[in-house]
Amino acid sequence: MAKKFLYLNRKAPYGTVYALESLEVVLIAAAFEQEVSLAFLDDGVYQIAKGQNPKAAGMKNFSPTYNALGDYGITQLYVERESLVERGLTEEDLMPIVYEDENDEYAEKPSVQVISRAEMSQIMAEQDVTLSF
Amino acid sequence: MALEIGGKTIATDEEGYLENLNDWTPEVATAMALAEETPVALNDEHWEIINFLREYYEEYQIAPAVRVLTKAVGKRLGADKGNSKYLYSLFPYGPGKQACKYAGLPKPTGCV
Repeated sequence: MAKKFLYLNRKAPYGTVYALESLEVVLIAAAFEQEVSLAFLDDGVYQIAKGQNPKAAGMKNFSPTYNALGDYGITQLYVERESLVERGLTEEDLMPIVYEDENDEYAEKPSVQVISRAEMSQIMAEQDVTLSF
Repeated sequence: MALEIGGKTIATDEEGYLENLNDWTPEVATAMALAEETPVALNDEHWEIINFLREYYEEYQIAPAVRVLTKAVGKRLGADKGNSKYLYSLFPYGPGKQACKYAGLPKPTGCV
């Protein structure tokens, strides 16, 4: 039976390998047909920020890969509102990641959901497995 | 391991994937296919999938898992091509692994 997996992303995308590793594990877990969702909080919200360019740091810009998550059946990306506000960011600063709803004539729908800290804790409580990166 | 193409040596890993993705040219794909135990002459149908994978990588920076590839091919090239039977007939070693290799992509994430 599929379990509910939540991947918590709390660190900035570059500088450490956590974000990239998390993304790879997420894609692998999805290939095993688990029910996977992602959460972005603290500096992790920068992972799905628009306009990333880590060239000067000698890193590959892997942010386009988040747009492929829908193909992998990952359609729920939760972003904590408080983390955005603390960093002076809004939903407008995030990539407009979408998925195609197979049950609705492949209509494009937003994957990103900005939620409150209280809602985030509720979502965490509903999971079978929570992995923090 | 390495491939010799037109007097140039191109580095590959132990499974035959390119070490440096920028080394790819169509000649690289042709040479890889011919270097198989049972050599493969790439035809237009192979190229359609190889080019599709290169575009996918360009857009998303990943080699798609085979399930994702199958679905995406179906959407782009039609249901008669977006199925395992068709893709395995072109790439009997596994459409993910074999086609990604020829396309100069890394081994698909999650592929063992």
